[in-house]
Amino acid sequence: MVLDAGHTSMKTLLWLQSGGCGGCTLSLICAEQPDFITALEIAGIRLLWHPSLSEATGSELRSVIDDVRAGIMPLDILCLEGSVIHGPDGTGRFHLQAGTSTPMKELIADLARRAGTVIAIGSCAAFGGITASGANQVEASGLAFDGAEPGGLLGGEFRSRSGFPVINISGCPIHPDWVVETLFQLGRENLKPSDLDNFGRPRFYADHLVHHGCPRNEYYEYKASAEQLSNLGCLMEHLGCMATQVHADCNIRLWNGHGSCTRGGYPCISCTEPQFERTAHSFFETPKLAGIPIGLPTDMPKAWFVALAALSKAATPHRVKSNAVSDYIVTPPVGQKGKKGK
Amino acid sequence: MSRRIVGPFNRVEGDLEISLEIKDGTVEAAWVNSPLYRGFEQMLTGRDPRDAIAVTPRICGICSVAQSLASAMALADAQEIAPPPNGALMRNIILATENVADHLTHFYMFFMPDFARPIYEGEPWHDEAIARYKAVEGMAVREMLAARAAFMHIMGMLAGHWPHTLGLQPGGTTHAIDGAGQARVLATLAAFRRFLESRLFGDRLESVTSNGSGADLERWAKLPGPQASDFVAFLRISKALDLGQLGRTSGRFMSYGAYEMEGAHFFRRGIYEAGTTGTLDPALITEDLSSAWFAHRNGARHPSRGVTIPDANATNAYTWCKAPRLDGKVVEVGAIARQVVDGNPLIVDLVRSGGSNVATRVIARLIEIALLVPALEEWTRRITPHEPFFKQGGIPDNAEGAGLIEAARGSLGHWLTIKNGRILNYQIIAPTTWNFSPRDHRGTPGACEQALAGAPVRQGETEPVAVQHIVRSFDPCMVCTVH
Repeated sequence: MVLDAGHTSMKTLLWLQSGGCGGCTLSLICAEQPDFITALEIAGIRLLWHPSLSEATGSELRSVIDDVRAGIMPLDILCLEGSVIHGPDGTGRFHLQAGTSTPMKELIADLARRAGTVIAIGSCAAFGGITASGANQVEASGLAFDGAEPGGLLGGEFRSRSGFPVINISGCPIHPDWVVETLFQLGRENLKPSDLDNFGRPRFYADHLVHHGCPRNEYYEYKASAEQLSNLGCLMEHLGCMATQVHADCNIRLWNGHGSCTRGGYPCISCTEPQFERTAHSFFETPKLAGIPIGLPTDMPKAWFVALAALSKAATPHRVKSNAVSDYIVTPPVGQKGKKGK
Repeated sequence: MSRRIVGPFNRVEGDLEISLEIKDGTVEAAWVNSPLYRGFEQMLTGRDPRDAIAVTPRICGICSVAQSLASAMALADAQEIAPPPNGALMRNIILATENVADHLTHFYMFFMPDFARPIYEGEPWHDEAIARYKAVEGMAVREMLAARAAFMHIMGMLAGHWPHTLGLQPGGTTHAIDGAGQARVLATLAAFRRFLESRLFGDRLESVTSNGSGADLERWAKLPGPQASDFVAFLRISKALDLGQLGRTSGRFMSYGAYEMEGAHFFRRGIYEAGTTGTLDPALITEDLSSAWFAHRNGARHPSRGVTIPDANATNAYTWCKAPRLDGKVVEVGAIARQVVDGNPLIVDLVRSGGSNVATRVIARLIEIALLVPALEEWTRRITPHEPFFKQGGIPDNAEGAGLIEAARGSLGHWLTIKNGRILNYQIIAPTTWNFSPRDHRGTPGACEQALAGAPVRQGETEPVAVQHIVRSFDPCMVCTVH
């Protein structure tokens, strides 16, 4: 039951968690058609261990890890969920592995050197994420990035045995399909380093913007903006939405069957990007300079944006203007039936 | 006497290590260690108060909605606003959806797989346990994952996604649904009900919850439908292993009250001890730092005045978990506490006869699933499309607020102080902070530490299976515990 006939050798996968919330695993088990366990089987992947799924506990797990470290058990894929914790003062004592008192960062570094491919699951493991917010008292970093800068635990030059940099499936949390489709491609051995962007993110989801497919696009076009969170209008001008700048396909593939942040009525807070946690302003407020949002869409010259925004605002139809500040559609589109043929 | 360290403990949420003192094949004493510290309370200091709703859910990926609702309630308390009726209904629906999904995940993915362990080879029920519940390989977990993922479409429809939605706000919820959306949620619930009634219970949910005593439950379990269900498979194994005798605590329970509507709770707020319920005074809650790696350990404080300054060199400490106490005493929280405080006749009867134990903790969770799905249906029907779901409120410059709610695993509280429009102090006590708390200044062990004392250790066991049943019966969430 694998994706290609001929690929009969199973790949091994070990999943560890460190400075995170476990939410990426919880999101991942929302995978559908197939469920995550079946998806692993189809990808030709054998779980050596996963903290939420496996039977092995305590010494049983420690012996799995010992076998990998001794080279007895080959490790094809290492997944880390959660950031690497270096504190206090570089000792790693804020996260010691239960049962061994080894700083997790040491265990992770050792296993990463032995792994065929290393995958950072979620923005914490990729860049440091929410665990690195505020004063970053726990000295959290990503595997190969410290925020937006290459570095982190393994360093920007790190390449795993297969020649890949760390694959950063960023997101807080990840979409289950981002992980499953990466594993499918690894199982088929058709993923190439060039399939990753500059931050190591798989381009199949990171070459899109969250704005793509957003149902508020017409409001965006006219700069018809929501005034409060429940309104239907565009969330960019006032309510902190960064979807036009953020790399991910959230409004194309949808979450839990139906949703996305902007569909749920709240702004995209940029959770797939490095340092999304470090906003100088509130997540729910758009920072402005002289009334103009500071963070303008990617690739767009500012003068053009301002000119077009002024023009489109002036041209906004009543329908769009009135719906933008309502929680339901109050002005439906006018039908075609009034048009008479000749 | 020998000392043994068990860890890493899996099929619990987050990191857990347990030290056991074992004598003559019995656990004499236990120490529970939460070995991961992330510092969420300090991350929040100085931030815009509204951001707590984005930051606190990320404490925990499995109790994410619970964290965000506690934070929304603390902010609402500070803002002195309340959501419109639709918003209040949606809060309940979204929280109950998470709590039901968590109970289901716990049962199939975290708890049942231990019965397929090789140590039980030869038991008459072992082959069935392997076929159905074995970790990764058993059939039940895949059926559950498919049903759970479909059920979680409710989150996609109402809250954008799960985990880590921003849809729960102090003034209600951010996405208004219409009649079609309402019908779609009801259809999703109906499909989920089918899974529960065919696989988990083998009977209508209303029949499951009509069992008013342990004796009723035993009679019901012999009916042909229930007999083939996963719940009754658990009851059979539980009886064979005498899990009703395992993992006792002092039997003092607390619930903040769950699913608030118009000032009342669907599951009542209160405390329960020795057969009587009482009122809860949240002013009597304190956190004791005597055994935790923190500075400023002198005297226990109410969380509204709590301090969190990590100190990895603190003496006589063995965990990052603080020790919350109610009126200086240990309490147990969770589904069993909620149901006994609410007066659920079955759980009250089981607790009266057997105290708090592994079996009753699991039964209480499953009974709660059977109670909550009909409630979800009812709340969804009561939504009035085209009425408001959300009310805008302003953030005061100076205020205090508390948000006390029930997560799947028990009582969750957020305490917040706002000064000059910024967060001055933010303190969180999570359910597992109560259940997996360390010893306090009197040396009194926390609930799980109490429950582990007396656990049998079989010949040749490294990680005693009884210890695993006891620990997992609490459904611990360690990432919430320390945060």
